[in-house]
Amino acid sequence: MDALAVRHGAELQRRFSEATVAVCGLGGLGSNIAIALARAGVGKLVLIDFDKVDITNLHRQQYKASQIGQYKTEALAENLSEIAPYTDIKTVTAKLTEDNLADLLKDADIICEALDNAEAKAMLVNGVLERLPECFLVAASGMAGMDTPNTIKTRKIGKQFYLCGDEVSDVENTIGLVASRVMLCAAHQAQTVLRILAGEYEV
Amino acid sequence: MVKVNGIEVDAVGKTVSEYIATTEYDPKRIAVERNGDIVFKSQYDVTVLEDGDSLEIVSFVGGG
Repeated sequence: MDALAVRHGAELQRRFSEATVAVCGLGGLGSNIAIALARAGVGKLVLIDFDKVDITNLHRQQYKASQIGQYKTEALAENLSEIAPYTDIKTVTAKLTEDNLADLLKDADIICEALDNAEAKAMLVNGVLERLPECFLVAASGMAGMDTPNTIKTRKIGKQFYLCGDEVSDVENTIGLVASRVMLCAAHQAQTVLRILAGEYEV
Repeated sequence: MVKVNGIEVDAVGKTVSEYIATTEYDPKRIAVERNGDIVFKSQYDVTVLEDGDSLEIVSFVGGG
């Protein structure tokens, strides 16, 4: 932690290390967000996903071939423990629903929406904005395909609601997800989280 | 007039549900803010748009 304080400054590092950030969905977005936040020294990460690592995930998600078949929560916690052993990791292997989201997310200062299905994204965003209005929410929409990287952006919509992505590139209408473009969107989300923690609320 | 995502539309007097029904938006894939506050899903049928309201409709696409 001292090494991070030297890089980031003691005050900023204190803000990072005292924060709890929930990452909802551990696919191409969530696995990359979690790694960026852990490397930056965010104190506690709540990792939520119901799924297992599949061979079709490896082209964009931060897992290894040896982890196929493991729950993503466990596989990512294992990888993070090697990258940033000082991070406090809580894993929740469950599907987020309207009924359980307020309970599962209540300890988070900031919530990252990193799900893949459009209806699930809308469900989570509505649920958080309605039931956890004191939380910051950083969501994502539109990062599929081979379009230019330059259309991925971050927009502040509500007082505590940020949206990253190009808002149009649907996985259904493109060749699918490409690691680098998903990472761009994940990086927008992670950087927005760190800026909020730093007290920088504008985009 | 009501401003929807920055564009003025004639939707005064319509509920959020009624306005959405006139658009291409899929109600299952959106979040709606009115004058900076989230409109609860349960209130779409009873929230009536007023002159000068500003609506922000976020429509989610798949991928993550």
